[in-house]
Amino acid sequence: MTTTPPVHCKNLWKIFGARSAEALAAAQAGKVDKEEALKQFGCVIGVADASFTVNEGEVFCIMGLSGSGKSTVIRHVNRLIEPTAGQVHVEGRDVMALNATELRNVRARKIGMVFQHMALWPHKTIAENVAFGLEVQNSPRNKRRSAAEEALQKVGLGGWGERYPDQLSGGMQQRVGLARAMAADPDILLMDEPFSALDPLIRKDLQDEFLKLSREMKKTTLFITHDLDEAMRMGNRIAIMKDGRIVQTGTPESIVLRPETDYVARFVQSISTLKYISAAEIMTNKPVMPNAPVFGPSTPLPALLDAFKQGADHLAIKDGETVLGRIGQADVLATVQSDLARV
Amino acid sequence: MDISTLLDPFSILHLPLADMANDFIRWLTSNFRDVFRAMKVPVKILLDLIEDGLRGAPQTLIVLLIGLLGWQVVNRATGLLAFFAMTTIGLIGAWDAAMTSLSVLTSAVLLATMAGLPVGILCSRSNLMWAIVRPILDFMQTVPSFTYLVPVILLFGIGNVPGVIVTAFFATPPLIRLTNLALRSVREDLVEAGNAFGASPWKLLWAIEMPLARPTIMAGLNQTVMLSLAMSVIASMISVAGLGRLVLVGISQLDMARAATGGVGIVLLAMVFDRITQGFGLTRRDRNGHSLWEQGPVGHLRALFSTSQKTQDIPTEEETL
Repeated sequence: MTTTPPVHCKNLWKIFGARSAEALAAAQAGKVDKEEALKQFGCVIGVADASFTVNEGEVFCIMGLSGSGKSTVIRHVNRLIEPTAGQVHVEGRDVMALNATELRNVRARKIGMVFQHMALWPHKTIAENVAFGLEVQNSPRNKRRSAAEEALQKVGLGGWGERYPDQLSGGMQQRVGLARAMAADPDILLMDEPFSALDPLIRKDLQDEFLKLSREMKKTTLFITHDLDEAMRMGNRIAIMKDGRIVQTGTPESIVLRPETDYVARFVQSISTLKYISAAEIMTNKPVMPNAPVFGPSTPLPALLDAFKQGADHLAIKDGETVLGRIGQADVLATVQSDLARV
Repeated sequence: MDISTLLDPFSILHLPLADMANDFIRWLTSNFRDVFRAMKVPVKILLDLIEDGLRGAPQTLIVLLIGLLGWQVVNRATGLLAFFAMTTIGLIGAWDAAMTSLSVLTSAVLLATMAGLPVGILCSRSNLMWAIVRPILDFMQTVPSFTYLVPVILLFGIGNVPGVIVTAFFATPPLIRLTNLALRSVREDLVEAGNAFGASPWKLLWAIEMPLARPTIMAGLNQTVMLSLAMSVIASMISVAGLGRLVLVGISQLDMARAATGGVGIVLLAMVFDRITQGFGLTRRDRNGHSLWEQGPVGHLRALFSTSQKTQDIPTEEETL
């Protein structure tokens, strides 16, 4: 590994309850599961042996249903929650080894956070909300003001700084939440179900805008959601959680096409695979005609369809000069058919 | 021991509570008299300062200032109410007594706040602290108010200064209770957000928790003010001057004239104080989107002098979408 990843969690455990140490030992030894831990020790296993790495500039989604421990995991990164066991590293530094002042500095400068229910302070103006991270660091007033205005402009709310949160609609409030997270120009964004509380249309707008912003600004993002579609749209990689455990980590394609457990398979069942299927996965090794259009093995299905629409009978899949296989119209239809049957 | 003592045990078994209380207070007075004497000094300074101010200033000025304060903090109607209430107090001949009561009251409320707020804040931070303080508050609030007078006379003597002390003591519990409650019921996600952005505990308290807890804390302060007013009549028994003494003399001499003057004076003062302290607990939303200093006389003055006349309309739902 040449660069230190912005966020790295290793064998993270969080067990809530008075007898968490005993429950941890039993759970680590594999003697108790979530239900048994509650029955025997009165402890709730929030996170069980979670390990993941978020690479620089990527959007890493953690997806799971409510109670799966995803919101607990994200709070370990800025140590809003202390782990029962395991390690959390932010930019190579062990978060657990920081003293109170260092931790506050990391929170104020390195990590911005967006919350599910916005959590804007109702007694502060929008600008004051946005600039709070800078206020905490005692940066001068005029610098705070300009940073707040700049962050608000990025989310399309320039000039709204003097208003109060209750004068804004839900979607606008969450834009403010986003501006607040970015105002101190942190390297890492923690987003805890940021768009879940919004109407579907507004949610989609904000997702698009966030994707645009995150591509522009290259912020490393840890994104929590309970919505698989959202995870697929937002994430460069996705980790799926169940009962505190990460059951599968991978790209959206690999999650949809190659679910590793029944649980994940059930989850992705409703997602059409067609968008993620690439040429290599549906080609057959029949001979190809020399005039057939040529595509690489990783070409996604939608691009192949265009070639068929232009009248091709079949396509040649080549890696450089080597013919790997061919895709006929029947192969495409069979793929569509099996995808329809799957749902 | 025969059977009759078993059935009637208290004829021979005694817990000498009376003696214990007596010994305790005697021990306190003999060993700590100077401490209690010293405690009176700052209270006396505070009380004298306020009383000199209230009684020295022209009556018209006081009436106008209290009226303007009501307008500033709540609204024009409350300003008018305060104005007429204070005028009536003057007209019925209770002005001097009312000013004395007002200074005792203000000093007591200031003391109660200086003690109650920090204790309430500490209680909200620590369950142990709250477990200790809570039974003490229960005790303080169930003991009849007269009972406070005896130890206060023994430790501090009689007069206005001990009156301020006993009033403050009697009036502090609700402020502690409601400060604790208010801080404990601040929305957790708002506190978490403060933490997530690196606020220190101190910053979190003053920039986020206290402002959000303010309405409930002000309700506690309002209770403190009302209890202080109630105590002002009782405290007149230890020779505290003011409206309470008018009532007390009225009772003891069956003098309806004085009792009525004192009683009406207290009611009017209570109304004014109640409205104004409640007004401090209003949020910006309660004030139709204006903060305290954007409304009332100060708001008007600011509008008059502000160069940039920007209209701050609240956008409607359609505009924002």
